[in-house]
Amino acid sequence: MLTIQDLHAGVEGKEILKGINLEIKPGEVHAIMGPNGSGKSTLASVLAGRNDFTVTSGSVEFMGKNLLELSPEARAGEGIFLAFQYPVEIPGLSTINFVKASVNEVRKYRGEQPLDAVEFLKLMKEKMALMNIDQSLLRRSLNEGFSGGEKKRNEVFQMAMLKPRLAVLDETDSGLDIDAIRIVANGVNALRNKDNAVLAVTHYQRLLDYIIPDFVHVLYNGRIVKTGPKELALELEERGYDFIKNEINVGEEV
Amino acid sequence: MSDELKVIEETVLKDYKYGFVTDIEADEAPKGLNEDIVRFISAKKNEPEWMLEWRLKAFRHWLKMTEPNWANIKYPPIDYQDIIYYSAPKQKAKPKSLDEIDPELRKTFEKLGISLDEQKRLSGVAVDAVIDSVSIGTTFKTQLAELGIIFCSMSEAIREHPELVRKYLGSVVPMTDNYFSALNSAVFSDGSFCYIPKGVRSPMELSTYFRINAENTGQFERTLIVAEEGSYVSYLEGCTAPMRDENQLHAAVVELIAMDNAEIKYSTVQNWYPGDKQGNGGVYNFVTKRGMCQGRQSKISWTQVETGSAITWKYPSVILKGDHSAGEFYSVAVTNNHQQADTGTKMLHVGKNTKSRIVSKGISAGFSNNSYRGLVHVGKNALNARNFSQCDSLLLSDKCGAHTFPYIEVKNNSAVVEHEATTSKIGEDQLFYCNQRGIDTEAAIALIINGFAKEVMNQLPMEFAVEAQKLLAISLEGSVG
Ligand SMILES: Nc1ncnc2c1ncn2[C@@H]1O[C@H](COP(=O)(O)OP(=O)(O)OP(=O)(O)O)[C@@H](O)[C@H]1O
Ligand SMILES: [Mg+2]
Repeated sequence: MLTIQDLHAGVEGKEILKGINLEIKPGEVHAIMGPNGSGKSTLASVLAGRNDFTVTSGSVEFMGKNLLELSPEARAGEGIFLAFQYPVEIPGLSTINFVKASVNEVRKYRGEQPLDAVEFLKLMKEKMALMNIDQSLLRRSLNEGFSGGEKKRNEVFQMAMLKPRLAVLDETDSGLDIDAIRIVANGVNALRNKDNAVLAVTHYQRLLDYIIPDFVHVLYNGRIVKTGPKELALELEERGYDFIKNEINVGEEV
Repeated sequence: MSDELKVIEETVLKDYKYGFVTDIEADEAPKGLNEDIVRFISAKKNEPEWMLEWRLKAFRHWLKMTEPNWANIKYPPIDYQDIIYYSAPKQKAKPKSLDEIDPELRKTFEKLGISLDEQKRLSGVAVDAVIDSVSIGTTFKTQLAELGIIFCSMSEAIREHPELVRKYLGSVVPMTDNYFSALNSAVFSDGSFCYIPKGVRSPMELSTYFRINAENTGQFERTLIVAEEGSYVSYLEGCTAPMRDENQLHAAVVELIAMDNAEIKYSTVQNWYPGDKQGNGGVYNFVTKRGMCQGRQSKISWTQVETGSAITWKYPSVILKGDHSAGEFYSVAVTNNHQQADTGTKMLHVGKNTKSRIVSKGISAGFSNNSYRGLVHVGKNALNARNFSQCDSLLLSDKCGAHTFPYIEVKNNSAVVEHEATTSKIGEDQLFYCNQRGIDTEAAIALIINGFAKEVMNQLPMEFAVEAQKLLAISLEGSVG
């Protein structure tokens, strides 16, 4: 469903992604790990269409379409969802109203009728239960004053409401307590089926105990330098990134 | 600059949808202003002698005054001799009932979403419709009269209820108060009069809809609301004008009086024509609005949503004279393109244990300039006065200006005065977050500004709130792409 080929992207005067290749098929879970500053969030942002980053070369195809030509909102309509590493606050705008606007805009993009209040509420109740979120939280201004964990849970709640084809989770597990990780992971798993896929950026093996990846990629200095099965995550946890850095350095010297 | 910011930069007013002109013959005064014009207006309205004298006195005073220049607004000098001070749609005969209103005029108001047909009206709102210098009809008069509520045009009130008008007109905003109130006192044409008798809660919202239609015409309306002991009224004011290349002057005066335990809630949605993208045309809106909390425990609350006008100069104020009285000011002022707004409030604490609350939300886009100007004054004898002010500005471009001028004068040291102010810019992060959730930038801006303005919008009566929300979005809607 997603094919990234030799993707180069960056900000003015600085290349951050230096040739990414990645293929994701329906039903798969891919994990991306890598040291701070290696470009994980940048990759997620480029996929979602953030225009702070310029794509200088390469291609991204999603469900047969050239993703790079689409606006961020069209990408959302096509089924790309990004759970932000740092969810944004919008004072005065209630989370419920925001999510309602979001759900109905995405439906509009897909040529579907907007949900009426009753249908929306029903869907919302169901997903609230899934994410163990209280309605009082959703009545508050979007992310304003939410705890770190509440913000992350709210991201996955929105994902549940939107049922994306490709969910990109950017460190959705960071800052979560042990119970919350389980809730978030359960939420993500409940949404999985043979037609959708997950790209999870994480620093910790812990999340991958719950959301079991088909592939683990190591992003280092703007490139995917190693891909392996789920055991790779364990190995990284034990040995850190140094052994990979060494492997690369050796490789480059040759 | 990023594309998203550019989209906001390019944000332009969607075509002003109230910009049409009604083709109707008008009965007009000749251009210009002198004592004869004042007499002409008074005669047109069949006014009693005392009213004419009052107007003339105001006019003579006005001649000695100079236009104020302290506000943070710029405009070419206004030629007061180049304005028509009276224009009334010619109707065959004065309509005796709403059924007899000229169909053309009825249509004008229908187009504006104001039905003068009582059956079709929302049952919760009574309307006085004012076009140019005259009121053309007031709905639900009989129902209101049964409760002793007087709701009619100012002209009618002068004729039918002279004792009330004489007693209160100019009692809150003296004719000499300022340049524009003096001008208004001399040439005011029409407006609404409301009188709520002792102990009566108005069962419906009272509203006046002002429409400028004729060319080169100024509108000078005058509104007076008196709420007797223990009464309550919620009053709404709406306004629009055609799109014209030249600027039109609007100088209104509104006076509110609340007796013991009375409450007046006054809401405005101001949508005069703001001018075009280049800043040509638009209404100059110089308005004096003031409320007097005369009685113990009385309350006056102003809510305004200001989206129109090329220039807004307006400071709805409250004199907190009665002990334990309360004043509130809730404002959203949106400026776009080349609009300029200098608006705020004055809370004058006179009595003991008085309270005031100010919530001002300024939203600026394009090349516009948006200033909050507020005064909190606590007098010598105003024991235990309390004020809280919150002034927030939201910027949508980097060429617009947002300014805050809070003045605080405290003469009694038992007072507690709090002031908070913030300035923020719609962040690209916020827009991208919305975009990522499928919401395009235009819709995202609407969501964000409605969130920003929510505390004020919540003060509006339901029927108005929805309209006002749409209006906010429309005023800032851009032609994306
Ligand atoms: N807008 C920007 N302007 C300049 N540099 C940027 C910008 N965005 C990201 N970078 C830089 O690009 C590099 C990659 O950042 P990115 O956020 O993608 O890292 P990351 O892998 O997600 O790191 P972390 O694990 O800390 O979240 C960093 O060096 C960062 O400083
Ligand atoms: Mg990151």
